[in-house]
Amino acid sequence: MAAAQPELTAVNQATLHSAISASHRPQRPNPLDASITMAWRALLKIKHVPMQLFDVTMFPIMMTLMFTFLFGGALAGSVGDYVQFLIPGIFVMTIAMITMYTGHALNTDISKGIFDRFRSLPFWRPAVLVGMLLGDTVRYSLAGMVVIVLGFILGFRPEGGIIGVLLSLILVLIFAFSLSWAWTVLGLVVSTPESTMMVSSMVSFPLTFATNIFVDPATMPEWLQVAVNLNPITHVVTAVRGLMSGTVTADQIGLVFLGCAILIAIFAPMTMYFYNAKGTR
Amino acid sequence: MAGEHAIEVKALRKSYGKTEVLKGIDLQVKRGSLVALLGPNGAGKTTTIRILATLLKPDSGSAKILGHDVLKEPDAARRLVSLTGQFASVDEDLTGAENLVLVARLLGFSWKQAKMRAAELLEAFGLTEAADRQVKKYSGGMRRRLDIAASIVVSPEILFLDEPTTGLDPRSRRQVWEIVRTLLRSGTTILLTTQYLEEADQLADRIVVIDQGAVIADGTSSELKQSVGSGTVRLRLKNGEQRPEAEQILVRALNQPVYLEKDATTLSAQVSDPALVSAALAQLVEAGIAFTDFSLGQPSLDEVFLALTGEPLDETETEQAQEIA
Repeated sequence: MAAAQPELTAVNQATLHSAISASHRPQRPNPLDASITMAWRALLKIKHVPMQLFDVTMFPIMMTLMFTFLFGGALAGSVGDYVQFLIPGIFVMTIAMITMYTGHALNTDISKGIFDRFRSLPFWRPAVLVGMLLGDTVRYSLAGMVVIVLGFILGFRPEGGIIGVLLSLILVLIFAFSLSWAWTVLGLVVSTPESTMMVSSMVSFPLTFATNIFVDPATMPEWLQVAVNLNPITHVVTAVRGLMSGTVTADQIGLVFLGCAILIAIFAPMTMYFYNAKGTR
Repeated sequence: MAGEHAIEVKALRKSYGKTEVLKGIDLQVKRGSLVALLGPNGAGKTTTIRILATLLKPDSGSAKILGHDVLKEPDAARRLVSLTGQFASVDEDLTGAENLVLVARLLGFSWKQAKMRAAELLEAFGLTEAADRQVKKYSGGMRRRLDIAASIVVSPEILFLDEPTTGLDPRSRRQVWEIVRTLLRSGTTILLTTQYLEEADQLADRIVVIDQGAVIADGTSSELKQSVGSGTVRLRLKNGEQRPEAEQILVRALNQPVYLEKDATTLSAQVSDPALVSAALAQLVEAGIAFTDFSLGQPSLDEVFLALTGEPLDETETEQAQEIA
């Protein structure tokens, strides 16, 4: 190539001129369209950064193996017995813990310029978050499947069959979506992605351990039993155990939905408040 | 449409805690013109632009976008403007094409329209070949171009460009300038911030100099330069002992004060008319004063600031002053 054209080989002025004149402003997208577009973005990120799936595959494998073999013998007499009790719990725990990456992802967006771009476009604002959370369901489903398959290899046999497992997955996805709003509040309030991760871990460990996942709460001191019974994750675990063993009751499911409704009612408006206030201080 | 001003800012103030970032900024931008906000880091340029783009609320004062108050009618204002921020507002994990489709979708285009618009813009910005590459693998100049493309998916009435060429190599800088000129020719009103006088000089119809949250000068490039002198002549003598003699000759020929620089062989002076310089040089040669180095440069932002505020800039980011005019 000759160096005759020293500059501007990259910018096509005529095309640029017509591209500027040709543009029209369409109607603003409806909330569903905007949310689907944001979910599409989340899926593209998984496609381009498959390392993102590392945590949703390795983490569940690690959790399942560690707790089955570490505690199985001591708590239930044998690993085989404990697996029946533990797998539904690990299933819920794994997904619940992965939800905390939502806050991290949101905070990362904010610390980069893309957040300003989104805020300056005239679409339904919650779509940024709704779309992100919808995209995450793919990650959650994958994590859930890893736990179930690994559990099956270790001897877990759900009495509720494949239907029970699928319904459990749907229930946990709904719960994960609801819980994520708490993490998005964190992601908006905390200053850096790193500190978001730190605070999230500090919240999510007690939240997942102070439950009926590992042991029967009857063995705990009374004050802790109260806390465990108020913990929405406990109710999700109970309902999932019910679904997987085919003994679920309407009350158990109802309590999960109640928990979800309360989480959304508290944290979704808080998220939107902080989201709208961000930067306008 | 309301009046001839696309942007009207009056007495804009903003503080963070005790730090006053804006101390009453006034600014007017005519429709279809380009105004450059020139100033060093921390002068309040970005804050001003973020307020105009409805991303930030001022403490007091008013700002109108084509007659719409950004505080009272932020949605109306938002529909007329587009901002390209200082830090690329694109998603680095996505490809260039995906970024533009994303923005187009969020503006309400159908998937098909969004893809067409993205392809059109990628072509216009010379990014077609890089369309399917992740943005994190783009060069700084490509990223900037994509960023500007994302800002004009729907052509805005007013475009804000926050330091569009900071950190770019000279070639990429010229490409961005060419894009800016094309946008201007197509009728877009542009407000851009910059730390480079040369950039303001190249692009702007009017330059507003701000420092520490206040406007310290407002005028066309030539008005601004007249207040500073059109440039600086700098001479390095072969023999430092001849400097006093050279100084006398220059003072007489240029009719300006001459600065004796730290280096004992160098002197410099502001010049209002380049023609005077050649006369001065001829006189030096006649007097038998030899020099090893000579340059005539545009006034640097540093010199503009020195002239306007009596204080030099803190930063040493004004490197491009020495181009021979």
